[in-house]
Amino acid sequence: MSQNLFEGTAEQMSELLKCIEAHRDEAGALMPVLHEAQHIYGYLPAEVQTIIAEELGVPLAEVYGVATFYSQFSLSPKGKHRISVCLGTACYVKGSDKILEAIEKELRISCGECTPDKKFSIDSCRCVGACGLAPVMIVDGEVYGKLSAKDVAGILDGYIKD
Amino acid sequence: MTCEELKKIAGEKADLINVRRIVREQAEKLAANTGYRKQVLVCGGTGCTSSHSLQVIEQLEKSFKELGIDDVLIVKTGCFGLCALGPIMIVYPEGAFYSQMTPEHARTVAEKHLVKGGELVKELLYAETVHKDGSVIPFSEIPFYKHQMRIALRNCGVIAAESIEEAIAAGDYQALAKVLTSMTPDEVIAEIKASGLRGRGGAGFPTGLKWQFTKEAKGDIKYVCCNADEGDPGAFMDRSVLEGDPHTVLEAMTIAGYTVGAQEGYIYVRAEYPIAVERLNIAIEQSRKLGLLGKNILGSGFDFDIHVRLGAGAFVCGEETALMASIEGKRGEPRPRPPFSAQCGVFKKPTVLNNVETWANIGPILLNGSAWFSSIGTEKSKGTKVFAVGGKINNVGLVEVPMGTTLRTIVYDIGGGIPDGKAFKAAQTGGPSGGCIPAKYLDIGMDFDNLVAIGSMMGSGGLIVMDEDTCMVDIAKFYLEFTADESCGKCAPCRIGTKRLLELLTKITDGNGEPEDLDKIKELARHMKASSLCALGQSAPNPILSAMEHFGAEYEAHIYDKKCPAGVCKSLLNYYIEPDKCRGCTLCKRNCPVSAISGEVKSAHVIDTKTCIKCGQCIAHCKFGAIVKK
Repeated sequence: MSQNLFEGTAEQMSELLKCIEAHRDEAGALMPVLHEAQHIYGYLPAEVQTIIAEELGVPLAEVYGVATFYSQFSLSPKGKHRISVCLGTACYVKGSDKILEAIEKELRISCGECTPDKKFSIDSCRCVGACGLAPVMIVDGEVYGKLSAKDVAGILDGYIKD
Repeated sequence: MTCEELKKIAGEKADLINVRRIVREQAEKLAANTGYRKQVLVCGGTGCTSSHSLQVIEQLEKSFKELGIDDVLIVKTGCFGLCALGPIMIVYPEGAFYSQMTPEHARTVAEKHLVKGGELVKELLYAETVHKDGSVIPFSEIPFYKHQMRIALRNCGVIAAESIEEAIAAGDYQALAKVLTSMTPDEVIAEIKASGLRGRGGAGFPTGLKWQFTKEAKGDIKYVCCNADEGDPGAFMDRSVLEGDPHTVLEAMTIAGYTVGAQEGYIYVRAEYPIAVERLNIAIEQSRKLGLLGKNILGSGFDFDIHVRLGAGAFVCGEETALMASIEGKRGEPRPRPPFSAQCGVFKKPTVLNNVETWANIGPILLNGSAWFSSIGTEKSKGTKVFAVGGKINNVGLVEVPMGTTLRTIVYDIGGGIPDGKAFKAAQTGGPSGGCIPAKYLDIGMDFDNLVAIGSMMGSGGLIVMDEDTCMVDIAKFYLEFTADESCGKCAPCRIGTKRLLELLTKITDGNGEPEDLDKIKELARHMKASSLCALGQSAPNPILSAMEHFGAEYEAHIYDKKCPAGVCKSLLNYYIEPDKCRGCTLCKRNCPVSAISGEVKSAHVIDTKTCIKCGQCIAHCKFGAIVKK
């Protein structure tokens, strides 16, 4: 599982336990709990999965199985600024692979990785539904559309200076 | 709430909605009854909010305060469909269609048009709505809207997306009232069957039959589910319905609950659609508050409630058994059928599952009757279909047309043709499970059976247009990368098959293809189709097979001549500078990361193809279009 040192706060822990409590008697509670846990911690460290398993009375293997099955659940921490490039068909046909390449080059990391200073992480996603703006990239929820590879450096600059 | 109270709400806001629906002259008279001189509708769907439509609304509110405008209503709606021109803003009763709005534009429109006695700001109107002589035509008459027929999207872009009162005034929940007060479950099933409605999620299974099987299944607990896990990348019609008219889905699911004998429903929606999820949650809360969900709905004694479950990014969860496993909180892996979900679905109980667009058709069918619905469309595909048109096309957006409308009408009349005067090459329907339609079938009527007959499928309605610059081998590889990535791994034919197919395609695009590879692909595809557990694996080879059938010469060029005719596959291309176009500006030379370009200032440069790594930097920087890939 995760090799990263886990640092959770007491507030995060109480929030997690509260969310587990709210879903405890619900059929199929594991998915909603994992969603909220990831929202609290930013990712799903092994320690958090263990707590969820114990509290819900589900084998840890099952929690791990679900957490690794879905691409939105992450077992490693993400950067302060999360970049996501849409590789859905509409964006791909309009050259989103070249946008991704440009970002990887600019930040010197590959898709799925996080910069050593933990400032940026890059992921790809399949369609955010903003096909009218293809190709698009998303930084911290902000959508940048109708891009060309040349626009990338300028957009990232704004976040590097931040 | 009683049926009378429902009618009262509908009546209170009826004129407000009618101003947006009827012809201009009447709308102007009607506007006087509403208390609002004008109404400004701004799209609050994902496409337009991504291009900052919410800032447009903020600016309008600010400007109204400054200018003392207090009799113009601002309405945040769902999608208008013409996403390429977002953010879109429509002013009623004129029906003025402003496109590509910015906060500055909004201020201008407020100052010049929305103030008392104001005039249209013609230079900000969508150009197609302004005649050469300066007269303005209603947007419903421009080609993009003229050829459309909106049933599933009837309220999208018409009503305030977060107002249940407007939804009711626009007709939502009237079918539910009719069903609960005057129809038996068997009558509902008979009506849906007679309408000829087929599932809009991809497979096209008759909806009435599905409901009948679930009703007939034994069990005291049953479920109604909505598939909103719109996984086909490039398809966004379900998202738009949920964002623009969520109540139509809640209403239809409640009707199905009454019909099959279920008291609970689940909507399984992609977590990638935050706005849709938010609007669904708002809609469910509103509906519960008014008693349109919960106990004793409309005094009928019937109880029904709906829960929202989020997906987490797994394409396979669009398959019904995988979706249901995911709702149960498990890995979203499909299981063999039978038993079918009508007998053994969510939590092993009889379950009826329909797609969002299918649900959106239920209300109109029950209100207007099956004869009306079945008069639209073709012999075996009734009603309309929503297509998410994207890729190399001018009017990227959402269109709803009667079944049987030709691809040519969609691409050229509604879609406005291909940008930059390029030629149409193919359109992909059905996403990673479908196939491509080449130019020779532009006049084919788009319905379930015609598309299957030419080796593609309807799918959920994603329609990606490709031009002469798209390589059909590369695009097949793109889809295979997708399915190989999304294969859940439970069954070997899909897990290993997608991987091997992808390897074969990569071999071809890398320039190492051999003639026998084509036969290997066909053989492997045959086995995958026959033995994969679910539709993901069974249909994964479709994009390659259809591309090989329609664009066989392109595959052969890659294998025999080691050429990529569309100029896409990097390994098969070399970069050249055309001497007559090169001005010797040295920009390419300075930007080449491997110093492969030589030449003096103001004389033609040359690329050393042996050193060149084909990164494309030179093309991106050349201002004279002097660099070509051959």
